[in-house]
Amino acid sequence: MSQPTVPPVDSGPPVASSPQKPDASIAEPRWHGVMREIVGGSAMISVLAVVLAMLAGGILIALTDDKVSTAAGYFFARPGDLIKAVWDSVSGAYTSLFQGAVYNFRRPGFIAGIKPLTETLTFATPLIAAGLGVGLAFRVGLFNIGGRGQMLIAAACAGWVSWSFELPYGLHLILAVAAGIIGGALWGGIVGLLKARTGAHEVIVTIMLNFVALYLISFMLKTPGLLQAPGSNNPKTPAALPTAVFPDLLGPQFNLHWGFIFVIAATIYVWYLLNRSNLGFQFRAVGENPNAARVAGISVNKMYIYAMLLSGGLVGLAGVAQVLGTVTTGFSSGIDAGIGFDAITVALLGRSKPWGIFFAGILFGAFKAGGFAMQASEGIPIDIVVVIQSLIVLFIAAPPLVRAVFRLPKPSGVKLRRPRTQTAEATK
Amino acid sequence: MTIQDAPLQHNHPDSVPPALEKTVVKSWKAPIAFGIFSIIAILLFVVFGREGVSGFRLSTDSDFVQIPTIEAPTRATGIVLTVLLVALAAYSAFLVSRNRPVRLWITVVFALLFLVAFLTWAAAGATIPVPGLLVGAVGLSVPLVFGALGGVISERVGVVNVAIEGQLLAGAFVSAVVASVTGQAVLGLISAMAAGVLVSFVLAAFSIKYFVDQVIVGVVLNVLVTGLTSFLYSQVLTKNTDLLNNSATIRLPRLPIPGLSEIPILGPVLFRQTIIVYILYVAVAVVFFALFKTRWGLRLRAVGEHPQAADTVGINVARTRFWNVSLAGAIAGLGGAYFTMGSVGSFNKEMTAGAGFIALAAVIFGRWDPIRATLAALLFGFASNLQSVLSIIGSPVPSEFMLMLPYLVTIFAVAGVVGRVRGPAASGKAYIKS
Repeated sequence: MSQPTVPPVDSGPPVASSPQKPDASIAEPRWHGVMREIVGGSAMISVLAVVLAMLAGGILIALTDDKVSTAAGYFFARPGDLIKAVWDSVSGAYTSLFQGAVYNFRRPGFIAGIKPLTETLTFATPLIAAGLGVGLAFRVGLFNIGGRGQMLIAAACAGWVSWSFELPYGLHLILAVAAGIIGGALWGGIVGLLKARTGAHEVIVTIMLNFVALYLISFMLKTPGLLQAPGSNNPKTPAALPTAVFPDLLGPQFNLHWGFIFVIAATIYVWYLLNRSNLGFQFRAVGENPNAARVAGISVNKMYIYAMLLSGGLVGLAGVAQVLGTVTTGFSSGIDAGIGFDAITVALLGRSKPWGIFFAGILFGAFKAGGFAMQASEGIPIDIVVVIQSLIVLFIAAPPLVRAVFRLPKPSGVKLRRPRTQTAEATK
Repeated sequence: MTIQDAPLQHNHPDSVPPALEKTVVKSWKAPIAFGIFSIIAILLFVVFGREGVSGFRLSTDSDFVQIPTIEAPTRATGIVLTVLLVALAAYSAFLVSRNRPVRLWITVVFALLFLVAFLTWAAAGATIPVPGLLVGAVGLSVPLVFGALGGVISERVGVVNVAIEGQLLAGAFVSAVVASVTGQAVLGLISAMAAGVLVSFVLAAFSIKYFVDQVIVGVVLNVLVTGLTSFLYSQVLTKNTDLLNNSATIRLPRLPIPGLSEIPILGPVLFRQTIIVYILYVAVAVVFFALFKTRWGLRLRAVGEHPQAADTVGINVARTRFWNVSLAGAIAGLGGAYFTMGSVGSFNKEMTAGAGFIALAAVIFGRWDPIRATLAALLFGFASNLQSVLSIIGSPVPSEFMLMLPYLVTIFAVAGVVGRVRGPAASGKAYIKS
């Protein structure tokens, strides 16, 4: 654990052979190679991973359904009942998931029907921001599990600015957002600093800082004069002033707020940073191979500090989106809502690439929005969504497994031998 | 440097061969840390000392041998102990200036004195029930120690085990259900181990067969197990609590060991426990012995330090890793059973509440050594129980800061105040046989 865990950058988490440039020595028609790339490639794997995970979720739903177990009792008498019960429970669950996440046909009119989609985007907003933070750290070879702590600190900073000052519209919002991002960045920066100066492993430090932040915020929430709402005994903050709240993006009938625009901007920024800027190049170089980067004259320690500052800042934006967009009436210590951990799965699903994370965040936002609808209408606990999400990431992390399940060809036959040379130094 | 000594030698400058003696670097870390704590002691216990009398109740009502409660004047005791602390700090500074190492016992004595001084200060005008404090501390530590042992084995063989949390939770869930349905405690314990092994199988398969980053698999597994147990709890267990989650059937009885349980202070703390705790005592000893004194342990550590070398001499790296990670899962799963069978009885959503991560911290704080990791886990358990005891008697420190303490201590430890920690060399890296 003393070495940084370096997830390979371009292909995301898996270390297995990656289907990139086809080898010139393959003696087969070109279209054959193209077919292999399509069915064995990473996009196909992602889709199949989602399918597999939904399938597993469906099995779980069917197995725990009361009607299914009743029908299974007389399976040999009337097997049709069992099949019908399974179909009812699984299709009912996934239909309500879809209606809660994308479009509800049962509601009158387009506005009411499309509302679930805007809910999805609202849930996706903090997920994308935090996912970008975690993904950025991945690209530098750092694993930021400290999303919870960074979000809490950011939420506290942004929240404090949002109710402590009376400022004009616009300026107040910008100041509150900036305060939150800076708070998250500093909390993440501690990790980078400790890693650079002392070699402390970032996984441990971020986990520990999560708890420190949680207890710090809990203490401040019940201490009058810090974060507690005046005149209240509950561990809850005052409401944000209306001047500091994100305005509605599509009008008052939807919950979607301007935080989503901020998140799109953040995605573009991270894309630019990683793919077009000098700093991003150094980040990626350190992520690929810190030793080579050091030899090339890049200050690895500085990159660790910058990366954790930026990562914490992006995760901080997620905390800001929570307190200035979603929960504006005062928050308690559960404001992070597990987004700091969900962000890890979002970043993995998006293969640590900005736009990949953006769409992964929307997918997980859809699961969240749909999960609540499913819980309300079908009585299936929302935890099933967590199961499906983690299965998706597990399957995506191991392309050979998905290929084996669907009996897909390997992306290109010759490539399999490549790890020998590439990983020779890894086993040294 | 032999493989056997590699991870330990690093931390003992005194065991460096004579030829290298001149390269020993003076480390002022210990005196500086002691100095900081001495200053805190002077401020807290002398300058801002509290008046009154601090009581320490040493025996419970049911004890065979009754020891009277110790009553100490708070400020005077604080001053005496602070003087001792300053003296120890000065002694360590003297040692370092003479190029002599600061031995472990000095650190231990310093920490104990500071603790007693702090307790005296916190208990001004009240009485601390020492056996209660320690019993609770052991109770909170048991799953941490099991988890830490699992972590040590797994990381020593070269697989980072972030999934301890998932193994604990799976063990807690399955043991509760099996023990409740069958009414057999033994079956509950065995199924808890099986559940931990199952989680380990996934971790091992993905990290050893598919070379997926081990930390990532671990994190995702934690999420998966949390989701799965929460889903099954809400969907299945809550509908039939009497059959599936009946705390009366699940909970294990306490088995006082005749004779030993009558020892003052230690008896009630260590020998009036459930069978799981007695298994723990055996497990710590066995893991320590096996890891450092048997062929199995040597091979395990060789695979974790230098898999290629181990492969060269004919050790099957993948198989060694796979089965030892499974073993680690079994141990951690047993720790999970303590949450349900050993303490509260019935299973609850996310009842491990981050214990797996604290166990992981204990592994690193304990420098991947089973005994040290056990001690670190005990320290964490003690700190969290101290917080609850102090909040009952009315502590001057906000409870959140006491809760924060183990995590801050770990950050300090990892950041090198205690000493730079170095894990098994190949831990976290997939071994791809060439």
